[in-house]
Amino acid sequence: MNVKALTLVLALLFAPLAVLAQGFAGLGQGGEGFALPQPDPQFDFPADHGAHPDYRIEWWYLTATLQDDAGTRYGIQWTLFRSALTPTGPQIWMAHMGVTTPDAHYSGEKLARGGLGQAGVQVAPFSAWLDDWQLAGDDLANVRLTASTDEAGYDLTLSAEGPLVFHGQGGYSVKSASGQASYYYSQPFYEVSGTLDLPGGEVAVTGRAWLDREWSSQPLEDDQEGWDWFSLHLDDGHRVMAFQLRGGEPYTYVSWILPDGEVEPLPNGALRLTPLVQSEVAGRVVPTEWRLQIPARSVDIEVRAVNPDSWQATLFPYWEGPVIATGSHGGDGYLEMTGYE
Amino acid sequence: MLLSVSDVHKSFASADGPVPVLRGVSFTLDHGQTLALTGESGSGKSTLLHLVAGLDAPDDGRIEVAGKDIAGLDDAGRAAVRRRDVGLVFQQFNLIPSLTVAQNLSFHARLGEGVSPERLDYLAQRLGLADLLARYPEQLSGGQQQRVAIGRTLAAEPRLILADEPTGNLDEGTGDDVLSLMLELVADSGAAFLMVTHSDRLAGQLDARLHLRAGQVA
Amino acid sequence: MIAATLLALWSHWRRHPIQLVTLVVGLALATGLWTGVQAINAQARLSYDQAAATLGQDRLPRLEGALTLEAFAAARRAGWPVSPVVEGRLRGTSLTLYGIDPFTLPPTPGGVMPDLSDTDVLRDFLTGEVVFAAPETLARWPDALPPGRPLSGLAPGLVMADLTFAQAQLSQAGVTRFLIAPGGSGTPEELAATIPGSTVVQPEPDGDLARLTDSFHLNLTAFGLLAFAVGLFIVHATIGLAFEQRRTLVRTLRALGVPLSVLIGCLAAELLALTLVAGALGVALGYIVAAALLPGVAATLSGLYGAGVAGSLSLSPLWWMSGFGMAGLGMAVAGGLGLRQIARLPLLAPAMPRAWARAQRAGLRRQAAAGLVLLGISAALGILAEGLLAGFLLLGALLVGAALLLPPILTVLLDLGTQRARGAVAQWLWADTRQQVPGLSLALMALLLALAANIGVGTMVGSFRATFVGWLDQRLASEMYVTASNVEEARAIEAFLAPQVEALLPIVSQEVTLAAAPGEVFGIVDHPTYRDNWPLLAASPDVWTKLSEGAGVLVNEQLARRQDLWPGAQLDLGPLTAMPVLGVYSDYGNPLGQAIVGIDAFSRAFPEAPRLRYAVRVDPDTVPELAADLSDRFNLSQDQVVSQSAIKAFSLAVFEQTFSVTAALNVLTLGVAGFALWASLTTLGAMRLPQVAPVWALGLTRRQLALADLGRALVLAVLTALVAVPVGIVLAWVLLAIVNVQAFGWRLPLQADPWSWLSLGGWTVVAATLAAALPAWRLWRMPPADLVKVFAHER
Repeated sequence: MNVKALTLVLALLFAPLAVLAQGFAGLGQGGEGFALPQPDPQFDFPADHGAHPDYRIEWWYLTATLQDDAGTRYGIQWTLFRSALTPTGPQIWMAHMGVTTPDAHYSGEKLARGGLGQAGVQVAPFSAWLDDWQLAGDDLANVRLTASTDEAGYDLTLSAEGPLVFHGQGGYSVKSASGQASYYYSQPFYEVSGTLDLPGGEVAVTGRAWLDREWSSQPLEDDQEGWDWFSLHLDDGHRVMAFQLRGGEPYTYVSWILPDGEVEPLPNGALRLTPLVQSEVAGRVVPTEWRLQIPARSVDIEVRAVNPDSWQATLFPYWEGPVIATGSHGGDGYLEMTGYE
Repeated sequence: MLLSVSDVHKSFASADGPVPVLRGVSFTLDHGQTLALTGESGSGKSTLLHLVAGLDAPDDGRIEVAGKDIAGLDDAGRAAVRRRDVGLVFQQFNLIPSLTVAQNLSFHARLGEGVSPERLDYLAQRLGLADLLARYPEQLSGGQQQRVAIGRTLAAEPRLILADEPTGNLDEGTGDDVLSLMLELVADSGAAFLMVTHSDRLAGQLDARLHLRAGQVA
Repeated sequence: MIAATLLALWSHWRRHPIQLVTLVVGLALATGLWTGVQAINAQARLSYDQAAATLGQDRLPRLEGALTLEAFAAARRAGWPVSPVVEGRLRGTSLTLYGIDPFTLPPTPGGVMPDLSDTDVLRDFLTGEVVFAAPETLARWPDALPPGRPLSGLAPGLVMADLTFAQAQLSQAGVTRFLIAPGGSGTPEELAATIPGSTVVQPEPDGDLARLTDSFHLNLTAFGLLAFAVGLFIVHATIGLAFEQRRTLVRTLRALGVPLSVLIGCLAAELLALTLVAGALGVALGYIVAAALLPGVAATLSGLYGAGVAGSLSLSPLWWMSGFGMAGLGMAVAGGLGLRQIARLPLLAPAMPRAWARAQRAGLRRQAAAGLVLLGISAALGILAEGLLAGFLLLGALLVGAALLLPPILTVLLDLGTQRARGAVAQWLWADTRQQVPGLSLALMALLLALAANIGVGTMVGSFRATFVGWLDQRLASEMYVTASNVEEARAIEAFLAPQVEALLPIVSQEVTLAAAPGEVFGIVDHPTYRDNWPLLAASPDVWTKLSEGAGVLVNEQLARRQDLWPGAQLDLGPLTAMPVLGVYSDYGNPLGQAIVGIDAFSRAFPEAPRLRYAVRVDPDTVPELAADLSDRFNLSQDQVVSQSAIKAFSLAVFEQTFSVTAALNVLTLGVAGFALWASLTTLGAMRLPQVAPVWALGLTRRQLALADLGRALVLAVLTALVAVPVGIVLAWVLLAIVNVQAFGWRLPLQADPWSWLSLGGWTVVAATLAAALPAWRLWRMPPADLVKVFAHER
């Protein structure tokens, strides 16, 4: 038994959030003693940008699609997870980072326990960190993101050009037909500039970023085995957050976000996803080009990975990378896929 | 009578039970007499000699040396007989390898009454050992070793001298020389002499002969 | 043909069963003692490696000193991949508690980590409801600890727990060390610069424990080798005899047409078979020896060095194989010569039995010369060379040289005796004894080695004990020692005690790096307790005054000798700048370097060090009452209030343990030597019959001859013991003045103990009597007919 196995187990702890659900059915159980999300939430900012330790799991999840002067496309991911082993602690923190270029993908992860100051979230001024990987600024609308591994890193400045958006019923996001739910809001309007630190040298980039905030205690159905999640910036100013939960009874959801930040939630069945190209990634077959249809909004696009090999080689692995959309709408965004064996 | 052996029996244990070696042997020997004990291999002549020497005890019968019955003596008593009354000369000489010739010569005598330096000198001269006194037995020839053994016995001045094939390990010429020297010195000392031999020629040089066959006097 | 040849060769052993037993037992004893010692060593090394590898400490640099969790978080946020570790002795136990942070612990190859894959286990671990320990540690689990889960591979005596739990258990607010994983924002030194009071400790190729305990194991190995050598003497002697006695048989077989190659092959096969049997017995014996001694060794190492060693054995196949390897080596060494002689035996030479191992004077002279050369080499090593290895080479040359010289010396002595002897029997006795020396020389050399080792180690232990007891009396001058749980309690205790006692002397200490090795600095107040009692080996004028003024430092002998720091030299004390060395004090039993400064200077340098301990000067009669009062009032545990007498008893017990292992090996070695003597006497007894029988024929009784044999063995043993005394004293001197200084860093005065030598002489007589009794008894009880056969049979 070495530290790897320990880390793996910690990764499993975070799995209940569908983000990393990859067939760990048992871990969807047991929210006893934890607070549960309730419909019609009343958020209190900036306090709710911070941690909610009485909920079992929570994350600060940031992705960005970027381009350099030559038009080369890049993507970065930064995630801070919090998991409570019991309602009274201990709290465990995990951070993931990823950097994608058209022909390479770099990933990293870190772990920490709560209470020592090694990891945590402060709301005013805002700061979310684990070691020296951090997202920090005066407030959530103006933050600086830094993280690096031995191979790659980034130092980006983000400023929000629009409001927070709330998914589902005003931030109460249902995750299955039988009602598992989470609190879920996003900041999809970040403009980004900064530098990527790549093996070939530093690259100045600009682009758009998307922050997801979500917390819950028992979000997954037993038979849900994985998911495909899209966050897209369309060229006409709309934003789309769309996911489907696979396995058992499939479940879909779409937030159709208007350029001014208003959200139109589209119910189960409004989203149609068809794999177009399958790629072999890390020994599995993963769809890296999709046909995405939202008939209710006349969306019919092909979504293609910038780098089909965007594999997060963390101890608990998944696919996460930038995508380009063509068809009825142009645009770009991020795709996350879990549960492919 | 110096030595009187009467009706001596002796058996040895073997896997098939006791094997009789001597079956009622009797004879006598007086001062100054020499007697040859002859017989085939296994006739019991060496055993008889060993009993007379007090090396072993007979199963039955009497062995008197100078009027003393040694058959009935214990270990210590028989050892005293060997020290004082009897001298032994063996086929293999049986000198003490850790002692010099001089020490070997005087050894037996010093176990008993002691010996005068003059007598030792005399014996060394007579036996032709005067130049060899500082040597060790292993540095001597067979004839020289046997002469040392003879000298060792004579120095102790026993009344009875016993010899078991004393020339058996020597070539014929050397053997004859050694035997005649021995007989000469025995005669000088006045001791009785009993010699085991299988050689008729050697037996002929002694006063009398006792022939054993299958453990009995023939 | 091969079967017939084997049968013929084997028939020898059927006729000489004692020889066979001697051979097998000799080789088994040699192998057994060697493998036993090796097993102990291997087990201990394994335990150290586990201890060191547990947290990858043997491979990673680390930070020590004034460390806190705040500093840890700050370092992590600044990009330093550090992981905190809390370590301490669990009060009232011999267990070491290791608090780790499983989330930041760097993955190291070979590192041992608990299985936290079960969510419940992880939760219980983090909340301090589950800890981990090696299975053998769990066997003696204190009630005070939460349930332990087995974690094999963890060092014995080590309890692995979560960081925060360990902090609470050990009442430590701080952190013992930061492990520094690769890939930080700079060098460890740059990190240390950001944390006041911290120092970098670089990994060493060997763990600290391995370095500290090396000398102990070197001692054990030396004894193992000695025992093996003693056993080899037996085997060599027996095999030589067996080959010699079978020369005639070999010649006959060859005359009958058995090719030399077949003959050699059969003899080699016989040796191999004997090796396997003896090797198996030896390895089993080694296991028993190790199993019997290991608890003592484990207790010793734990007490002396704080090193956890499993009290039970877990041995690798390699160890078992090595046991057979040693047996085979011994057999090859002893049998190879015999085989070579057989191979060179001329076919037509007369079948005259040559006196076995008859000593030629030239041979003796050569042996004496070789012995003198070896003694010269050991003297030269003593004068010129340095280092532990040189010390052991010196010992080896000394012992082998003395052993080689023994037969010539005995021959000379016995020659003298022969010349002086008056009576015929006396003369024969002396001369015959001298004649026996070559045949017994190997056994006597073995006896010499065993006796010398006994005297040497015994003298060393005696010197150590005498010096140590005296030193304890001086060093532990205060009647009582009190340790508070925290600073507030310490103030309260101080206030409570001050009016009741003659003096209250605070003791403060800090672990530091002294001359690139772990060490401690103590701060003491100026008091007659120190001025009058503290044992100084070297001192400059006004040493105590200068010390209290902060004008210098005292160092312990270990540090002084290791770094050549005597009065006048300068010592770098980390936060304190270099200070002149004022004096050197003896500090037996402490593997670490240590320095003492005045308490004011100490407080300036280490403001963080908590002042929790006090030495109390008080009327000894009131100690029990005062201790009970203190315990009740402040709820102090037994370990927190200790009387002088208790510390002394504990310290002495630790040292007794240390040497009881050595003593056990000593007894075993002496036993092996006694066995060798018995074996040689028994075989010689049968061979010497042609030499004894004539003396019997000339008028000595068998009883006299038997007593003479007994007396001869005693004379030889006593003479050997007389030679062994000076050798043993030199051995003791080498151990005290060279090996100890090199291995431990302290030097002890040699204290002669003639009484123990005399009693050893008595034991030698007992051993020799026992060894000679059976052969003598057999001679006494031998039927005259058997003696007569010497004269009756053609040979």
